[in-house]
Order: sequence, then structure tokens, then C-alpha cells
Amino acid sequence: MDWITAMTSVAKTTVLGLTEEEFIHPGNRACAGCGLSVLYRIGTKALGRDCIFVVPPSCLTVMQGLYPIAASQLPIFNGTFASTAAIATGVRAAMKRLGKQTQVVAWAGDGGTADIGIQALSGALERGEDIIYICYDNEAYMNTGVQRSGTTPQGSLTTTTPYCGKREGSKNVPAIVAAHNPAYVATCSAAFPLDFHDKLLKAKQIRGLKYIHIQTPCPPGWGCEERMTIKIGKAAVESGMFDLYEIENGQKILSEPSRRLLDKSRQRPVTEYLGMQVRFKALSKEQVSAIQEGVDHKWEEYRREFGEG
Amino acid sequence: MSEKRIDSGNAAAALAVQLAGAEVIAAYPITPQTPLTEKLSEMIAAGKMDAEYVAVESEHSALGVCIGAASAGVRTFTATSSNGLLYMSEQLHWAAGARLPLVMCVVNRGVGAPWSVWNDHQDAISQRDTGWIQVFAKDHQEIVDMTLKAFRLAEAVHIPVMVNYDGYYLSHTYMPFELPEAQAVKDFLPPYRYLHALDPQHPESLNTVTLPDARRDIHGVRQGGYMDIRHNLHQEMRQAMELWEEIDADFRQRFGRGGAPILDPYRCEDADFVVVAMGTLANQFHDVVDHLREQEGLKVGVLALQMYRPFPTARIAAALQNVKGVMVYEKGLSYGNQGALFADLKSALYPYPNHPRLHNYIVGLGGRDIRTEDLQRTLKEACLQEQQVAPEQQDTPQWIGLQL
Repeated sequence: MDWITAMTSVAKTTVLGLTEEEFIHPGNRACAGCGLSVLYRIGTKALGRDCIFVVPPSCLTVMQGLYPIAASQLPIFNGTFASTAAIATGVRAAMKRLGKQTQVVAWAGDGGTADIGIQALSGALERGEDIIYICYDNEAYMNTGVQRSGTTPQGSLTTTTPYCGKREGSKNVPAIVAAHNPAYVATCSAAFPLDFHDKLLKAKQIRGLKYIHIQTPCPPGWGCEERMTIKIGKAAVESGMFDLYEIENGQKILSEPSRRLLDKSRQRPVTEYLGMQVRFKALSKEQVSAIQEGVDHKWEEYRREFGEG
Repeated sequence: MSEKRIDSGNAAAALAVQLAGAEVIAAYPITPQTPLTEKLSEMIAAGKMDAEYVAVESEHSALGVCIGAASAGVRTFTATSSNGLLYMSEQLHWAAGARLPLVMCVVNRGVGAPWSVWNDHQDAISQRDTGWIQVFAKDHQEIVDMTLKAFRLAEAVHIPVMVNYDGYYLSHTYMPFELPEAQAVKDFLPPYRYLHALDPQHPESLNTVTLPDARRDIHGVRQGGYMDIRHNLHQEMRQAMELWEEIDADFRQRFGRGGAPILDPYRCEDADFVVVAMGTLANQFHDVVDHLREQEGLKVGVLALQMYRPFPTARIAAALQNVKGVMVYEKGLSYGNQGALFADLKSALYPYPNHPRLHNYIVGLGGRDIRTEDLQRTLKEACLQEQQVAPEQQDTPQWIGLQL
């Protein structure tokens, strides 16, 4: 049964080991402090030149430059909002016909993935298309000016959930994806770009659909200073609110930054994370307690599942 | 060797797509197009056709897959009907704007609500402004020939082509048709090319956000803005008419069929009155025209419009400006106005001083039976109309076969 349970492995990359080659030009249209710009720069270093991007309307569309200027040195197909995974399927089918190994990478936001794009994604997952699908989740429709999305957390203020914050909870998109039994599912954070880098290296080695979901802090959308992007991303992981893990061959493992939290003493209170962002200022004390309880409950489960003793 | 067959219109379309060498097929089943999709998947599974069949979860994705594959340098095909076409609508605009040489068969069917699976032209008519070239076939042979020519035209002008044929009237009826020899089709249809194929060796960012004004690229060369790009689409679509005629002439030389790629007239040479219609309806009028000529002594003819977009304005005007009356019978309309074809035709004739009297008839919506005697009666009445009718009344479409 070894072949079923074997997990793909890659050597851990450090800042020193990262390629110096740049694929994304500086001076692009990303906002100051943009979590996506970190991911895009580091992600393309892992992907290399032999890839084709498919991108729906999103902040990335704008970041990549306005015609006839491009911020990226890679081929990109900008397509309709709901069809990222379908267009990527078509590009992959063409590569197969042309006998090329070129990696097809769909890169979409939470709206393009969890909401308007979920049908095409579900279809591609069910067909097991050999593509990498990356969702950078900044937890609201940021490109159109911070409206709620399916992944906006409960209680979060957006322009369409003003005053009291979003009433409903968020969709667990990686779990929805995992329910399709794809080749690989991973969660990442913009605060841990090398973890993302190495998960991409791994994804490149796996055939079938590889889905990577990245929590991506957005200073203008989340209401924080530009310098706080990485700090907030780390606080999300270190408080146990956002978990980094991989699922390969149906087997789930926690990634290092989250695995540390199996030691309960390493788990920071959620108030640290919530308190850094204006979007959570409508939360009542009771709501904050409920969030803490939910996180604690989730981690008790994790400790039972993955804990050593 | 060419091959004679008796088969359904959907099979004819599938066999033409096989001959054309489409390499990526993505489609979602919808009545009455489904047997076409099934036939393609069957041929691929049986190893009779060397292509990828992608069983997508929707029409939106079907065209999405074709858009992706065509952008990456491979010949593609999809097909749909009715609400499936409408669900694709956004992708239709995208494919045309991206200048992708796609070919799609639309097996025409009424649009819901309420649900109808039967034939009319509202699906295609409602998508006339998407930037696709739209052609209409009248029989099985035309489905085969038009589909082959459509690939060549699309790839020559980098504009997608929609081959329309009537649901059930053609899709599910059996008729004889001839399939050209495979090698001859290869000679007729050069290998696929897309000028901006996605390629890491020559990276380009396609369909980027484009500003209202022209802008210089990093080499200092001025590149058009959105309006300029869209103007080019329009201009090159207008030029496609001439190219379609050239392609048809080449096809005729190779395969012996063709000669009326845009307007297909029947007994129009000396006609005082001409019926204009699209698809099988134009063929149904052959009997009507014969009857009225022989029994009533009326000089009538029928002009089948084979290409609806780009609209052959000058050719229509040249063909019709000197007749006494033009009767437009159509299976779709612009709700709240009049028949879409009628309005187009009227605008084509407007600049000419002696334009004929025009009549508009709406027929066969949602598969309502189109009775030949109704066509005969209304056409005869229109020909014999003597007294002046108020302009507004003359301009109002008459619905034939209503059961209210």
C-alpha cells in the first residue's frame, strides 16, 4: 500500500536558496503592502518559465498591467470571471495535443473561485484536469472595492455588510475542493511565502488537479497599515484561525507553521489577530469569545488527530 | 473518394467536424444538439477521430474550454442550442473580442420561458451582436459544406463562426449528403494557426485591461485602445463577406458544390416579389413560389439569406432594390419592435430611392407548424395588395398561425 500513502516530498527552500531570477517586474499596479504581490513574485519563482497562466477578473488582472504593458514575463490568458478552470482545461488539452509539458496555472481570487467560479472549478476537479489552481483568498471582493464574498468571515465589515458585519459564516473552500478527491490540496498564507513556494514545487510533480488556497491579507480591505500584512498573516496562523495543511492521496498533514500549535502553549489568542484589523471592529465581546471557542474546539480535534500523546 | 450517406443533420455536422480535424471538442448536451455531441464523443472513443473530448459541466465552460484551447494553438469545436447558447453569451463576446477562430454549430431552438425544445431562430438572433459570423444552412449538404468552409473563414479572419441549422427540421431528419474525401479537405483547410498563441517561448498577456485611449508600448509603438480594437473587429467582419465568397469559389472548384454563399436565390431573375427567409424556411418557399407562379401567374421568387452576420447590406440592396415587394418571413424577432431580419433588411434598402414595399411575417415560433397553405395565402395577399396601407400598419409584423 506504500504507493497509495506515499507523499510527494521536496527539499525545504530558504531565502538563500530562492532563485534570483525575477519573472514579475517591479513597479506594477499592486497596492502598497499587497499580500498577493508577495505570492505572485515568489510563486512564479517556483513555477519557472514553462507555464501558462489563466486569470479571471481580479486584483491580479490589474497588477499584471494595462495593455500594451505587462508586469509579468509569462504568457497569460485573461478570461471571463466564471470560467477560469474551464479555460485552463482548454489550455491543458491544447498542450496535450501539442505534446507539451507546459504547466497550466489558474490563478484566481476568492470570488473567482468560491463564488462565481465554483461551478467550473468543480467540473475541472471532477474531471481531474492536470492543472494547478491557485486561489488567493483576501476574504472579500477587493478589486471592486471590498464587498462581501463567500469566504468573508462572520462579523467582518465590508461595503455590503456595513455596521454589523457579515451575518453568515464563510465557506470552507479547501474542504469543498477536498470533497472532490483531487490529487493535491494545500492551504498557504501570504505570510509564509516559502511554504507556498515549496508546495508549488510539490504540485508541479503531481499529475491531476492541484488546488492551493492562500489566505492573503489586504491592507485596504482589512483595514490595517501596509506594513502589517505579514504580521497579520502570521497572527492568523499562530492563533489557529487559519490552518496550513496539505492533503495528498486523501491523507491530511499539518504544515510546519500550524503543526507548532499542537503544543497548546504556542497558540496565540484570536484577539491579537482580530484586533489588528478595522474590519473586525464591529465584533461584540460575545462574538469574539465565540470565535475563540470555535478555534479552540477545532484545535482540540487537531490535537486528537495529529497530537503525539 | 467522397462518400454518399443518408444520415441525420447532426451526424452530418459531426462528420464534417471530424473531416475538419478539430482537436479539442467540448460540449454540453442540450436538445436538439445532443446527438451531434454524442456522435463526436463516440467517434473519439472508437478511435475514428483523433481529438480530446472534454465533457464539461455547462455550456459556459464548453466555450471556455474552446477559448482556452484555441488560444493555445489548437483547432476546436463546440455545439449548442437555445438556452445553452444564451448561457454562453458572455463567452461569445469574449471569443470574438479575443479574435479566436472558433467554429460552433447552433442547432436552432426556441428560447425559454416557457420551455420549448422545438425550432425557431430566436437563440441565434438574440446573439447577433456578439461579433460572431453567423451563417444558416438549409439542408444536410449545406451543414457539411458550411462547417468546413466556416473553419477556413474563421482561421483566415480570426473571427469565430456560428453555423446555424434548424432543430428537428434538419438535426433529426435523414437526408442524403456527400462527404468529401479526407485528404481533399486537408488540402482545402490549411493547418490551424492563431497569431497570438499562448507560448512560454513568446509570452504575451492576452485580453488585458485596455484603456479608452491608444497608448505606447515599451518600444514606443502606439497601440490602439479598446475602441480601436473593436473597430478592427467590425471592419474585418465586413471584409469577411468577400473572403467567404472566395472560400466558396475555391470549395466549388475542389468539390463541385457551392456558388451561393451569401444569397441563394430561387426564381428571382424576373421576380416582381421576393420572399427573404433563412434556413429550411427558405426551402419550404420553393413549393410556394412554384405554386404561385404556375397557378396564379405571380412573378415571385425566394432569396435565402445564408449569411446573417456580417449583414450583406450592399448585396441585398443590389438584389432587391428594383423589385415591387419584399416579404420577410422569420422565426425570431426583436420583442417590442419587429422581426430582426426585417429591420436589418429595411435599413439595407433605405438609402436607395426606389425601395420596394416591405412586409414582415413572424412564423413558427417554438415549433408552431408552418403550413404551406398559410405561406401561399399570405404571400399572394401581399403580392396583390393594391390599396395603400398606413405606414405604421405596413411596418407592423403579421403573426401567421396564431391559435389565440
